[in-house]
Amino acid sequence: MSLLTFNVNGRAHSLEVDPATPLLYVLSDDLELRGPKFGCGLGQCGSCTVLVKGQAVRSCVTTAGSVAGAQITTLEGLGTIDKPHPIQQAFIDEQAMQCGFCVNGVIMTAKAFLDRNPKAGGAQIRQAMSGVLCRCAAHGRMLRAITRYAKGVKA
Amino acid sequence: MKRRSFLKHSGALVVGVGAARVLVRFGVDPGLVQAQRLDGAGSNQLDAWIAIGADGNVTAYTGKCELGHGLYTAQTQLVAEELGVPFGRVKLVQCDTALTPDQGTTSGAQSHPTNFNTGNLALAGATAREALLQRAAMRLGVPVDQLAAVDGVISVKADPSKKVSYGDLVGGRPFGLALNPAARRKHPREWKVLGTPVPRVEIPAIVAGQFEYVHNVRVPGMLHGRVVRPPAVGATVVNVDESSVSGLPGLVRVVVKKNFVGVVAEKPWQAIQAAGTLKVSWTSGAGLPSHRDFHDVLRRQKPTRDTFLVNSKDVDEKFTAAAKVVKATYLFPYQMHGSIGTACAVADVRDGNATIWSATQAVFPLKTSAAMLLGLQPANVHVIFKMGPGCYGCNGADPVSYDAALLSQAVGRPVRVQLTRKDEMAWENYGFAFVIDERVALTADGTIAAWDHEAWSPTMGGRPGANNPGNVVTGYLAGFEPAAFTPRSPAPDPAAFANNSNGVPSYVSGCVSGRCGGTGNIASQRVLTHNVQSPFFTGPLRSPERLQNTFAHESFMDEIAAAVKSDPVEYRLRHLSDPRLMEVVRSAAKGAGWQTRPSPRPGIRRTGVASGRGISCVLYEGDNGYCAMVAEVEVNQETGRVTVARMVIANDCGPISNPDGLRNQLEGGALQGLSRALLEEVVWDDQKVTSVDWRTYRPLYLGADLPTIETVLIHQPDARATGAGETAVTVAAGAIANAIFDATGARVRQAPFTPERVKAALDSRT
Repeated sequence: MSLLTFNVNGRAHSLEVDPATPLLYVLSDDLELRGPKFGCGLGQCGSCTVLVKGQAVRSCVTTAGSVAGAQITTLEGLGTIDKPHPIQQAFIDEQAMQCGFCVNGVIMTAKAFLDRNPKAGGAQIRQAMSGVLCRCAAHGRMLRAITRYAKGVKA
Repeated sequence: MKRRSFLKHSGALVVGVGAARVLVRFGVDPGLVQAQRLDGAGSNQLDAWIAIGADGNVTAYTGKCELGHGLYTAQTQLVAEELGVPFGRVKLVQCDTALTPDQGTTSGAQSHPTNFNTGNLALAGATAREALLQRAAMRLGVPVDQLAAVDGVISVKADPSKKVSYGDLVGGRPFGLALNPAARRKHPREWKVLGTPVPRVEIPAIVAGQFEYVHNVRVPGMLHGRVVRPPAVGATVVNVDESSVSGLPGLVRVVVKKNFVGVVAEKPWQAIQAAGTLKVSWTSGAGLPSHRDFHDVLRRQKPTRDTFLVNSKDVDEKFTAAAKVVKATYLFPYQMHGSIGTACAVADVRDGNATIWSATQAVFPLKTSAAMLLGLQPANVHVIFKMGPGCYGCNGADPVSYDAALLSQAVGRPVRVQLTRKDEMAWENYGFAFVIDERVALTADGTIAAWDHEAWSPTMGGRPGANNPGNVVTGYLAGFEPAAFTPRSPAPDPAAFANNSNGVPSYVSGCVSGRCGGTGNIASQRVLTHNVQSPFFTGPLRSPERLQNTFAHESFMDEIAAAVKSDPVEYRLRHLSDPRLMEVVRSAAKGAGWQTRPSPRPGIRRTGVASGRGISCVLYEGDNGYCAMVAEVEVNQETGRVTVARMVIANDCGPISNPDGLRNQLEGGALQGLSRALLEEVVWDDQKVTSVDWRTYRPLYLGADLPTIETVLIHQPDARATGAGETAVTVAAGAIANAIFDATGARVRQAPFTPERVKAALDSRT
């Protein structure tokens, strides 16, 4: 166990953790955040995605020790129920989900991509989302929501 | 929280929940009652369903839960509509065995038929509104027909200054009334809240990362458990070496109950490490039939449980007299629910009581089956529904609820368990594999004179229901057997027409004992099914049996139309009698710009990318929602790779509660059906399932080539409400297979339509 500091959504948390612990467990159990989700534990579905220094990473296969001290942003860090981030608002506007469990990974992956590639078109967005899984098959609405947000970014 | 304190807390009135557990299903037609086999007792007491607080706010209670399909929002609309209050003033409490009516299992596309027609929640709303109007009439001294109820206030039409609010009439007190079977539901033509695309209530919290899924339940003193499943099907515990984990940080306990093995630790990562380190010796597995030959094994397997769904007893003579016979065999694999998040539950079992937070679709049955597993009185088990990842039937939610309960009971503290991806995938209750033989006798003019269907399908376990915890893996490992397989051969004559499995094709008359419940006009008909024992647990994966049977029927109907050189739409209409089924077929064809001609399309070149269209239709469960789909595909004839370019869906589920919610269900169902048609198949070796992650069971990712999906919603204000959550998924495979044929002249009869299988079909073209 080591005393590590995690900078999550603009707040610093010092925690005694085994540095080998996947970041996801620190976020969802020690910090009780509800955004990142355990989907597969293998980095295959995207549900656990968070931003580390603006880059989308899969927190289920990222050790806590490797990101201690780095700026981490989770879904909660984008916006709130009352003041959603524009990409969150786009998902509300398109009613872009069924169970919503995968939405964390969809939004965080898309946001990280569009932050770096604000002019990306549909094919590039699809390519960026190719490793993200939704099992309710709300794919069409989700891609529409991402496109809606991307248009706002460009405007 | 008990209902009493909950209500006090919420400011609504205090009531005792349904003392009389009477079966209440006023006015529901027999077909729907039959399909509603998993329904609970409900309640005939208005106070069990609806409470009005002193502030006029409405609290409603339902036993049908939100599964990601928009039901919570639609039920809130229903209560707001019937009571005449704004949507925002209704708070719905769902699926809590201490608070809400027992409505059994949320499944089978039965929530709309159950709660949106003339019984249960809908009737409660209507009863409450009429009771309030009567009380207002007394209070204001004016007959009911001169009153209007708007936004929770009843006023005199001629003098709106004379008014009284719901809060003043009943607020904080029980109604003390039974549901009134004569209470009049608002007609869909009067709707103001229902029938509109009210946005889903949960979505703002979900996108903000604030929504509480079952995975987010945290209770004081909670520990974390992990299970250790057998390495092979049929393997049993020889020895558990507890010393192998002694001294590991945070470890609280190793738990063994027969073949159920688990560990409990202070933190999740500690439980994971302990489960990975624990040395368990197991026997070798029982051995599995070859995956490659599995469908042949199914066909030969004994004993069988045989059932005739229809049997006009003149089929053989029709075949003898036939001008032409067409036959084909269709194969379907085991498929997974494969929920996006692995299953999770929290349980607190101590002092003879249990509280279980679960995402099960069977909240009320779980109360009883968990009591059996734990050796407790059902009255002392409290199940609280919390939404999980989309379930589509019977995923890991039931077994993980048992896992958490067994581990909590062993340590006497609350325990949270989330399965690994592999533990869930290797042991879930798979959707049924199928072998289906189809055969028709044709007359000289190409009309179908007789339809003969025979199918084999393996089964083991399923939903635990109230008393079969062994129907899922955890209960089985802990010592309970799955529900007994009861062979029966030969099949008895059918007693009444029932097409819950859609084993009976849409094109036959479905006449049994002088009553004809089918949707077609073919009088000579035989449908014989054989269940056999499955080596794996099986369960009701979305559209169970119905999807597999519909794939076969609709592919075969296309083959017959091609054999007689008829247009697939016209040929279907020629053999259908149900006007609503005919209408969805016509609407889908019209929406797609269907060109009338036989398949395959003329002038096929055998190289390059070929495109084509196909149609498929169903009356889901024989009585629960009409749907037709036209799919347009592109087939790469060099690789066998299929891309679906467009899907046009026409759906008729009666009056539409929420058009956007319906569209979402149809779009998701279509795409999930596409994934199941093209990609998904459980595979195994001689000992164990080897589909254990998203590489070895690969469904449709977000980056895939996606079709445009168009929906045609047919609103039927005068019809009964039916289900809509499983219609589109049912017709997708048939529409795609038929489009592949139209494009290429090659017929794929085994799902999923992998490039290898499509290429083999292309290569076998004559």
